[in-house]
Amino acid sequence: MSISRREFLKLVGASTILGLGGLSVSTMLKNNLIDASQGLSEPSIMQDPRALTAKRWGMVVNMSKFKTEEDYKRCIEACHRIHNVPNIGNTKEEIKWIWKETYEHAFPGTEDPFLSPEIKHLPFLVLCNHCNNPPCVRVCPTKATFKRKSDGIVMMDMHRCIGCRFCMAACPYGARSFNYRDARPFIKEEESLPYDSTFVKGPGSELLIKRGHLTFPTRMKGVVEKCTFCYERLAVGLQPACVEASQGALIFGDLEDPNSEVRKILNERYSFRRKPELGTYPSVYYILG
Amino acid sequence: MYDGWKVIIGIIIFIGIATFPFLYDIGKASVPPPEPKINTPEIQKMVEKKCVEPKSFMKTEHMKMLNNWRDFVVRDGDRIYTASNGKEYVMSLQNTCMKCHSNKKEFCDQCHNYLDVTPYCWDCHIAPKEEKT
Repeated sequence: MSISRREFLKLVGASTILGLGGLSVSTMLKNNLIDASQGLSEPSIMQDPRALTAKRWGMVVNMSKFKTEEDYKRCIEACHRIHNVPNIGNTKEEIKWIWKETYEHAFPGTEDPFLSPEIKHLPFLVLCNHCNNPPCVRVCPTKATFKRKSDGIVMMDMHRCIGCRFCMAACPYGARSFNYRDARPFIKEEESLPYDSTFVKGPGSELLIKRGHLTFPTRMKGVVEKCTFCYERLAVGLQPACVEASQGALIFGDLEDPNSEVRKILNERYSFRRKPELGTYPSVYYILG
Repeated sequence: MYDGWKVIIGIIIFIGIATFPFLYDIGKASVPPPEPKINTPEIQKMVEKKCVEPKSFMKTEHMKMLNNWRDFVVRDGDRIYTASNGKEYVMSLQNTCMKCHSNKKEFCDQCHNYLDVTPYCWDCHIAPKEEKT
């Protein structure tokens, strides 16, 4: 029996279609049967309904509200306690998420000769700027640091960080710290207690405080860390720790939303950012009054 | 065969050395298989003593699941896991898993030591406090 070329191709085409169709039908049946036998459905993932969301988170630092040492300390302590940031007591190995910086270091190139001494000697509160064009993210070889697509937070994934410190070299603001040693011995027990009991509230985690349980991880030797705009607090509907502790000196909100509090303030007053000439588009704005 | 006795003695010595570990163990009690304990106060309180997913799944797949949870939470910012039985959980090793399994030494370490695996979870994540036994 001979078969023409045309007949042969028809046959092959038809059997392929039948075969594929049959395969998908059989897998579908199989899956349905498994589900039916166990009464189970596919697990699914979703955001906490309480989460605060924005297109791009930003912060305004109102320097006129920082009058005493206590005003700075409140914000810094709140952050460093909640995130188990160790106090190593050695500037070379210092780890900081939010800290005081002198004017000429925070805003180099703007220290004009006859600048008012009040501003020139005012320590500025600085933190990661969560740049819209973050140079640290561009240089990270493992994507351990990345800009979240949903809200523009420049995040750290400690699981992926290999400690190459490219990001520290790339960051023009010195916002990143390297863990030269294990931080655990430098975190005192009472120091690492959550500063605010609302911090851990959430389905399945209410009891943690009662048991004196710590809810935020520490960092191991050999990873880089920095401010994360309290992504873990935003996820459960809370403002960042420093904002909450600042008593109105720090304002947090969505930079892309014209009706947000930060945008209203930026509309009304003169603001400036750290090293805007570098094109990193920082999300932290400073106002003087 | 030249020097046959030397060769044969050599072979006997070799076989002796190679099989020594196995012969030495004969008749001795083997290392008992691990028995992770789930008798923590938190689990005792539960009406239905069930983990996030069925036990058989957790036994073999918990490491993959934790890996996925890590990605969902850190990289996507999604924290709620709706399990296959419809219940919702916060995806957190430190705050969800360890809340029930507050006995790391008698739960996690049992199998991990038996299998000689050293997951580095605890380099950063803080294990619940345990009484020294």
